[in-house]
Amino acid sequence: MSDITKQSLSELIKNIKEKKISSTEVTKAFIERSEKSKKLNVYVTEDFSVAIDKAKKFDENPNLDLKLPGIPMAVKDLFCTKNVKTTAGSKILNNFIPPYESTVTQNIWNEGAILLGKLNCDEFAMGSSNETSYFGSVQNPIDKDLVPGGSSGGSSSAVAAQLTPITIGTDTGGSIRQPASFTGTVGLKPTYGSCSRYGIVAFASSLDQAGPMAQNVKDCALLHEVISSYDEKDSTSIDFKRNNYSKELTNNIKGKKIGIPKEYRVDGMPKEIEDLWKKGIDYVKDCGAEIIDISLPHTNYALPTYYIVAPAEASSNLARYDGVKYGFRATGENLIDMYEKTRSEGFGAEVQRRIMIGTYVLSSGYYDAYYLKAQKVRKLIKNDFDEAYKKVDAILTPSTPSSAFKIGEKTNDPVSMYLNDIFTVPVNLAGLPGISIPAGHDAKGYPLGLQIIGKAFDEQNILNIAYAMEEKINFKNKITDWWIK
Amino acid sequence: MSKDKSDYLINRKDNQYEVVIGLEVHAQVTSKSKLFSTSSTKFGAEPNTQVSLVDAAFPGMLPVINEFCVKQAIKTGIGLKAKINKRSVFDRKNYFYADLPQGYQISQFKDPIVGEGKVILDMPDGQKEVGIERLHLEQDAGKSIHDLDPKNTFVDLNRSGVALMEIVSKPDLRSPDEVNAYVKKLRSIMRYLGTCDGNMQEGSLRADVNISVRKKGTKEFGTRCEIKNVNSIKFMQMAIEYEANRQVDLLEEGQSIDQETRLFDTKKNETRSMRSKEDAHDYRYFPDPDLLPLEISDDFIEKLKLEIPELPDEKKKRFIEKFKVSPYEATILVSDNETSNYFENVIKKSDVKLATNWIIGELFAALNEKNLEITESPISAGNLSKLINLIKDGTISGKIAKTVFEHMMEGDKDPKKIVEEKGLKQESDPKALETLIDKVIDDNREKATEYKSGKVKLFGFFVGQVMKVSGGKANPQLVNEILKKKL
Amino acid sequence: MSINLKTIKHISKLSRISVDEKKAEKLADDLNSIFEFIEKLNELKTENVEPLTSVAETTLKLRSDEVKSKDKREQIIKNSPQENEDYFVVPKVIE
Repeated sequence: MSDITKQSLSELIKNIKEKKISSTEVTKAFIERSEKSKKLNVYVTEDFSVAIDKAKKFDENPNLDLKLPGIPMAVKDLFCTKNVKTTAGSKILNNFIPPYESTVTQNIWNEGAILLGKLNCDEFAMGSSNETSYFGSVQNPIDKDLVPGGSSGGSSSAVAAQLTPITIGTDTGGSIRQPASFTGTVGLKPTYGSCSRYGIVAFASSLDQAGPMAQNVKDCALLHEVISSYDEKDSTSIDFKRNNYSKELTNNIKGKKIGIPKEYRVDGMPKEIEDLWKKGIDYVKDCGAEIIDISLPHTNYALPTYYIVAPAEASSNLARYDGVKYGFRATGENLIDMYEKTRSEGFGAEVQRRIMIGTYVLSSGYYDAYYLKAQKVRKLIKNDFDEAYKKVDAILTPSTPSSAFKIGEKTNDPVSMYLNDIFTVPVNLAGLPGISIPAGHDAKGYPLGLQIIGKAFDEQNILNIAYAMEEKINFKNKITDWWIK
Repeated sequence: MSKDKSDYLINRKDNQYEVVIGLEVHAQVTSKSKLFSTSSTKFGAEPNTQVSLVDAAFPGMLPVINEFCVKQAIKTGIGLKAKINKRSVFDRKNYFYADLPQGYQISQFKDPIVGEGKVILDMPDGQKEVGIERLHLEQDAGKSIHDLDPKNTFVDLNRSGVALMEIVSKPDLRSPDEVNAYVKKLRSIMRYLGTCDGNMQEGSLRADVNISVRKKGTKEFGTRCEIKNVNSIKFMQMAIEYEANRQVDLLEEGQSIDQETRLFDTKKNETRSMRSKEDAHDYRYFPDPDLLPLEISDDFIEKLKLEIPELPDEKKKRFIEKFKVSPYEATILVSDNETSNYFENVIKKSDVKLATNWIIGELFAALNEKNLEITESPISAGNLSKLINLIKDGTISGKIAKTVFEHMMEGDKDPKKIVEEKGLKQESDPKALETLIDKVIDDNREKATEYKSGKVKLFGFFVGQVMKVSGGKANPQLVNEILKKKL
Repeated sequence: MSINLKTIKHISKLSRISVDEKKAEKLADDLNSIFEFIEKLNELKTENVEPLTSVAETTLKLRSDEVKSKDKREQIIKNSPQENEDYFVVPKVIE
């Protein structure tokens, strides 16, 4: 089989189960293509030779009852992987080798998958273009010098370029859905508390969620089924009945009520996004769903709220990177000097900026005006969704206000960069599940995504809607392999 | 109940100053594992051997709370007659230090697990009530060792993450003696409850001391200074003594007092300023997003109430009412659970009055001399009880009993056996005593004549002689009677 | 509102990140533009709104008091930039 890497996850599993291909063949195929794709800069750490060994071992005694039998895959470098370097895209962790495994990745290996390596991402997941990574920016396989989105940019690029059949990212304000949208792939941000945060380098604890990224909705559902689990090691993990998402997947969404929030029609939104959204509405109507206009009145306040809450938590979460226990240490004359130099040299500009914002909004005299205020507005934003879900089953919006932009285009203007997450951030603030699916192309031929937001714990429903829409949209990603030629 | 009756005042030429003290006691919760991790809390382990990935703040590690520590805090709250808050919140207190791996301490700031309560002190001039402001749970930090290397500081994280209860008193204390009584009472309550072992040498109990002074009779509080991390009652008292005088001196010179954190230097016996003002801490407290609010049901609290043993105040009341001991004796007997248990075991089979005297007198003195706790007493409660019965039934005299007691202190021997082996049994046979007394009178003819001619003072001499000849074993009462007849 | 260099110095000290003049100026510019955008929240009246700290609709789970993590010294110390057999080692602390 020459085109192994072009196969979807479901096809690969089928072929492995039917013994048409071996795990070793699959693993080698993805490695071979990855070797030819260094220009994309998706890998921070490759673990290829170990992966081949594991694949061979799998093939010697294959357990075909597993959900991901002998499937090779790379993961975002924010997940701690035992004995494999984990950097979070930062210099401050550039030599850190965790002696433990994150729960989410452990769940994946337990189902028979094999680690290919660790994927590039924005430093500590702070960014929307993968340009804040200490290990350099990542190329979007859609076009040269185009950002793949962020922070899970290495992940989205790797899936779109078929360097891994599936992957996992993390999403704090849009870091799975926005890069999925920029690369023509599918990305799900699950309900807060669905996937364990144990062993994931923390950015903002009350917002962070791991989630699956894939080429299609079915693969995404299967991977979600594997990674979602209740975990006693995470106090915010929620014990609820989890579905067999891939088995229960259906394209029958007749009678579902889909809300269209008027506040998502933001000023200056490109017409092609507006058109895409209208097309999306037509698709769900075609599937027999009912469209209902709704209002989420505090939408405009989500981004300012997010830029208080996330940096505040990050400023504290990142205090542990002090050069004492692990990671990079700069030479200092005394302890304090060492701290200040280590953190100044070890963190990049965006991370430092967010630590400063977070420190400021929590500092004495400003807590009430900023942090407490933001928590109250967060409540209002959640209330908006609670109200809306009295009338509808899910909400349909664009994933991003624009298609992918050029590397370097927005690096000097933090606020314009932040605006990228305008449609995704409210979902994190409310702790809801959201999925981005590719729905069309803009004039330049760059992919555009639509987002379906669900009720808490209702991943099955948004996966079903996405599945039904996917069939109607029949999206084809335009990957030319420009970086290989 | 007397309030503010303390006469601890600092006198200067024209003024008298009163000292106002509040204590923040940090008590280590007795538990097997740490507050948010599963590593051991055992004291004295090799450095960094009781450190989990959570304690060392590895990336992606998360806190999971220990139920037992929560129960211990609630029990302590019940022991302090305090309000238990059914909803409490864990906050992060952010600051950088080598022995604080997370870069923050998980503590409780706005919503502690326990609210207002009280502690009753037994002072020489009566009882005094000290208000408790709050009790909250928090993590301990690790240890920085500065003296093992000239250029570097070494960090041991064994203590990092151990559960502490911070118990904050109201500014109700007025003297070093009251502080002494308060800390001892607090420790006693926690030991009764089994929530903190109170071992100050091992650092299980430390305190931050807040002190201000004001002219006697004024209502407003003065500016206070906080003396951090004092680890013995004696040092607390010394620090207060020094600090109060320092503040009074400043005021007398017309200067003002800076609100600041100070350190007690135990070698120089003085307090000194810890941090300069421009480096003032801003802890940026905020609710820990890795944890949810701690919610406790009424049922949970009620079940814990059933586990609360009789506490010192109630026990004292019972001892006074039931055993008719004096309030002073009762206070001593209930000072810790082990003493009161010992006492109650002794009096199961022996006289209360004698038992009280022997425990508070002989036993405490002997233990003190050997630097032993009551739990380490060489004399078991059963054997002390036997000794008391030997006195009570006249087998031995009180004086002989002291000799027997000394032998018992050498090893827990049955007093009856000691009496037999050493032939210490009291001679109460009148005939035998008569023979003895006849002999003494015979040997001291001249003195007997003098006595008979009116020198009655010599009676004591004859008693002494009889006791001497009997080796102290003669029953003193009988000796008196027979001597009177014979002489 | 405006964040000046003095504020930048103060928060850089709190967050233990050294900043020189040039970096401080850049940070002040960036933070001012970000806060301009954040100030939008002041349009909302929130006096009677309960703050939301976590969206996890569950209560805090309590674990039993068992010692499970043991003998991790080697693992714990291994990643440290400077250590000896027993301890993490840091430059001298100056009070």
